[in-house]
Amino acid sequence: MRRGRVKRGAGRALGVAALTAALATQVAALSQAAGELDTAGSIGFDLRWFPDEAAQPVQDESSVASATFEPELRWRGAERRHQLDLALFARWDEVDDERSHVDVREASYRYVGNRLEVLAGVSRVFWGVTESRHLVDVINQTDAVEDIDEEDKLGQPMLRLALSRDWGRLELYTLFGARERTFPGRRGRLRPPLPVEATRPRYEASRGDDRIDWALRWSRSVGAFDLGLATFHGTAREPQFALGPEGRTLVPVYAVTRQYSVDAQWTLGAWLLKLEAMTRSGQGETFGAAVAGFERTLFQVGGSGADLGLLLELLWDGRGATAPPTLYDEDTFLGLRLALNDIQDTEILAGVIVDHDDGSRVAVVEASRRLGSRFVLSLDVRHFAGVDPGSDLAAVERDGFANLRLAWHW
Amino acid sequence: MSLRPSDPFARRPAARTPAALLAALALALPTAAPAETPEERGYAVAARSDRSDRGFADSSVSLEMVLRNKAGREARRTLHIRTLEVADESLGNLSLVVFEDPPDVAGTALLSHAKILESDDQWLYLPSLKRVKRISSVNKSGPFVGSELAFEDFTALELEKFSYRYLREEACGELTCDVIERTPRYEHSGYSKQVAWIDQKVHQVRKVDFYDRKGTLLKTLTMDDYREYEGGFWRAHELRMVNHISGKSTDLLYSDYVFGQGLGEDDFSTGALERLR
Repeated sequence: MRRGRVKRGAGRALGVAALTAALATQVAALSQAAGELDTAGSIGFDLRWFPDEAAQPVQDESSVASATFEPELRWRGAERRHQLDLALFARWDEVDDERSHVDVREASYRYVGNRLEVLAGVSRVFWGVTESRHLVDVINQTDAVEDIDEEDKLGQPMLRLALSRDWGRLELYTLFGARERTFPGRRGRLRPPLPVEATRPRYEASRGDDRIDWALRWSRSVGAFDLGLATFHGTAREPQFALGPEGRTLVPVYAVTRQYSVDAQWTLGAWLLKLEAMTRSGQGETFGAAVAGFERTLFQVGGSGADLGLLLELLWDGRGATAPPTLYDEDTFLGLRLALNDIQDTEILAGVIVDHDDGSRVAVVEASRRLGSRFVLSLDVRHFAGVDPGSDLAAVERDGFANLRLAWHW
Repeated sequence: MSLRPSDPFARRPAARTPAALLAALALALPTAAPAETPEERGYAVAARSDRSDRGFADSSVSLEMVLRNKAGREARRTLHIRTLEVADESLGNLSLVVFEDPPDVAGTALLSHAKILESDDQWLYLPSLKRVKRISSVNKSGPFVGSELAFEDFTALELEKFSYRYLREEACGELTCDVIERTPRYEHSGYSKQVAWIDQKVHQVRKVDFYDRKGTLLKTLTMDDYREYEGGFWRAHELRMVNHISGKSTDLLYSDYVFGQGLGEDDFSTGALERLR
């Protein structure tokens, strides 16, 4: 493996910026002509409070303020045949320079034909059915400075052809280049003991991060079953790590991998039975991983209009020591989801992931409520408990936090 | 559905049953028909109303919901609704509801493939994650987005979802209405019965009383501002649901109906959900 070229990443960022500008110009021109132009977005303020002292003095900031700006522009041509989407994301973080970042989440053109769809540009794609872990969701790189739940994704340049037929939906992806996973900087919390040189990675592919990757997905709903089969051949989204030049940093190493996956859901009355499984080669020994469980909804609990969801998922991961580290080798996730179905759309999700080996626990609370018609107040809590000093969780054990967020939407 | 024919979720009528044919015969030849039971007469009134909506092919409409609490405080929701009439009479219609306002939920969409007596197939699209999620639709009697309407009030008004009984004839505004009682056949319904007023002139539903499972009058829906569209399809544009127990109410204001745009099944597939906004 050779060193990745930082310049190349910067070049691509410039390319994306140019594409964005070109798209914006096109959108402005087209909006004069026909179709509909829609703008939307949000501005948010976050306050993260870390009750425990940090593992290293350099990280020791007990409350951290940050702000986000997420503008969106969407244009739909006559009969919605031609569509342009632009969605940007920016965060400013008071402490961590790596968490302060800008990303093009979407900058794409879409043609909607007869049972055929073509998408070209930067976009986001979600695959999967489970709640505790998104094992098969492989198209986009994780924006890991945002949260530890791996639900924030970086925009991926792609060309996608989708066909809808009687036998299901087939999506063929050509992925142009790989995005580097973001990691908290020296001063940030929720990072390994050594800072990660996120922007100076190594790539196994001879063309570095310029490799063209591809993926294929077939999905179909038949009665109560929803099934998806997928394969991905390309630069891994999860990096392995090597020690940096002087042993003071970690360098992400991106292997070339092949992944095959299945995701399935059986909707049986108030029960949702879910399965995600995958096998991956290219990072040491070929390994498999799976998440399986259920979600059961109790409707109108206690005579109110609220719905209560009970979630249970079993997580298993058979990866070897040379593969990227994971917290979910053998775990159980238990969760409760309360939706009040009120005018403010009040929702609370509370859950805990328990490791079968050492009994360590990650607790999660996500609550949100609309205030008036344009503000949303949310509270996110992450807490680590019972962590074995030798486990992967030990580095972040003291980084549990409560995040209060107020966002204004337009 | 009970909100039919203004209800954009309205399913296509179910297959004609012998009872329906009998009822049609009875209508065509009133003097020759044998004496009708109240059940047959109730079914005939409902079937005639239901049938007046056949053949609309597809529709698209904007809906503004005004949610009011007891103190009169208001909250608003804007939705866009597309419906595809399914030719196969043993299946229900396909519908797509896209939220436009409040802005934090803009782009959230609900796709329903309706069934006659089973639970519908439903998918929810969450734009922040770009995630399509198959959801349980077994219980449709909870509040829909904080309103006084249950999801059932939008989707469960299929002709064959109820059994009927004729009650009486009664003046309703300037019109004369047939008053019928309909009892849900869907076992998970939140209602013990509904009483509907259907006018004798153009056969549209003007008012519905909803009784909860204990038999108490829970809600009343009134439907006004009916307009006739090309092809003879009637749609109410101002609906109001009042909850007698909580004192809350919800207004439904429909606008910009478009029919026969040539929508197809692909427009109502899970793959279409991310390109709706």
